Amino acid sequence: MSSGDLQNLYQELILDHSRTPHGFGLRDEIAAQSHQVNPTCGDEVTLQVHRAADGTVEAIAWEGHGCAISQASASLLAELAEGLTVPELEVRIDAFREAMRSRGKIEPDEELLGDAAALGGVSRYVARVKCAMLAWVAAEDALRKSA
Amino acid sequence: MSVSPAVDVLSPLSEDEVRRLRADFPILQTEVNGHPLVYLDSGATSQRPFAVLDAEREFASTMNSAVHRGAHTLAAEATELFEDARATVARFVGADDDEIVWTSNATEAINLVAYSLSNASTGRGGAAAERLRLREGDEIVTTEMEHHANLIPWQELAARTGATLRVIPLDDRGALRLDEAAQPITQRTKLVAVTHVSNVLGVINPVEQIIALARAAGALVLLDACQSAPHLPLDVRSLDVDFAVLSGHKMLGPTGIGALYGRRELLEAMPPFLTGGSMITTVTTTQAEYLPPPQRFEAGTQRVSQAIALAAAIDYLTAVGMPRIAAHEAAFGQRLVDGLDAIAGVHVLGAGIDLPRVGLASFDIEGIHSHDVGQFLDDRGIAVRVGHHCAQPLHRRLGITSSTRASTYLYTTEAEVDAVIDGVAAAIDFFGVRA
Repeated sequence: MSSGDLQNLYQELILDHSRTPHGFGLRDEIAAQSHQVNPTCGDEVTLQVHRAADGTVEAIAWEGHGCAISQASASLLAELAEGLTVPELEVRIDAFREAMRSRGKIEPDEELLGDAAALGGVSRYVARVKCAMLAWVAAEDALRKSA
Repeated sequence: MSVSPAVDVLSPLSEDEVRRLRADFPILQTEVNGHPLVYLDSGATSQRPFAVLDAEREFASTMNSAVHRGAHTLAAEATELFEDARATVARFVGADDDEIVWTSNATEAINLVAYSLSNASTGRGGAAAERLRLREGDEIVTTEMEHHANLIPWQELAARTGATLRVIPLDDRGALRLDEAAQPITQRTKLVAVTHVSNVLGVINPVEQIIALARAAGALVLLDACQSAPHLPLDVRSLDVDFAVLSGHKMLGPTGIGALYGRRELLEAMPPFLTGGSMITTVTTTQAEYLPPPQRFEAGTQRVSQAIALAAAIDYLTAVGMPRIAAHEAAFGQRLVDGLDAIAGVHVLGAGIDLPRVGLASFDIEGIHSHDVGQFLDDRGIAVRVGHHCAQPLHRRLGITSSTRASTYLYTTEAEVDAVIDGVAAAIDFFGVRA
């Protein structure tokens, strides 16, 4: 049997997102793009931020490979970002990072982060924080490049 | 420590013997996540017995002082112990005392050779170093299965000297391709750098064959013994290698200490890598004369307590007996491979290779990333390695980016080997496999 900690880390929501990820598949049209690698495990993600005419985030598209945490995190980010303005997305990336780096002290704000708050359990596993952050760092980098 | 006397020197360790050995390792009595620690990451770093911990503490408590300088009693005692430790390493690998150079780790030992050849290639070392010079047209040969530590220093050396780096490729199973059509050792080859035991596959490479090819080509041979010295009897003379490197913390010793074996006449011809104090005879403001090896390669304050503790580790291994440790490892290596490969969806890397192995197996599970496997096993107190194990080219050749690795040592029990096999089966149930 696995412990409650493990069940909390790998909630069904997270496993579902890792199995059937949201936003998976890069698009041909030009968009701000970033490629990020986690050198400790070789996991990587390539992520595009597609913007609508009014500047809001129309969609995040991504491809990559990695653990369930990193795949679910990219999927949850893609789901969260749709329709946000760039400043709104930046606020959420900062909030997510703060929770991830808190070593379990800060519960992610569910109102702000939606289902991505389910990744809160990751923050108690220091070795896994980079897995959860990979796509979010890519999104931040893509936004910076397009600024 | 107590090992039964009068047992066959080639028989594996009995369960009773392993149980008694385990009592010497305090960390093996601890719990992780509410479970007794099942430590299956000795391929990354091994655990230390009291004898090693005590040796370091004893030195620091009773004779800590600088070696090879100072006229006081403590300095003399420390120097003697430091040099005795060197002799212990030399005996362990079948070398003479002055053929062992202390380094921080095996990575530094390989870089020492690479940078010394690099320095020779710029003309340092004079006529004596002529045969060590690399230039355009010369070739360095390594393999596709190396740890990055036995690859990148040669990439850099090739880039600095104009030499070309060639690689012995792997076949689809992951074995070295030594057939004439594939292997690149020729008269142009100046150095062949190869690992004795793969840190990912656990197989013991047919290095005798590679060494014979290198000898026929007049090339030097460097053997990465990081994964063999802890687990097998090793004799650099009978293997006929020019250099061998090993890492203290993989063989019950502390971190921060490694060793380079170098054939005497080569070390004598080699210009230094790191320079500074303790490696010179006469110094003026414009130039310096260097000590003979091994001191020529030991600039600056040495890792005295670590060297002494490594010698204690080697004494411990020798008392158990390297042939018996090898037999123990071979049995567990096979048990790991057979047990893991029998699970549907699990592929043991190199499982099809028909070579003897140490107690180490890496595996890939369809649809489950190694990080998740490692996290699941950790929840049960089982410590394994996940990722690319510093061997990206090998993983790429096998069509994967990472794997999970379980590695045993003399203190590993059969129950622990079975625990990781059971744990992997349970991980597949937990995560479910992606359609």
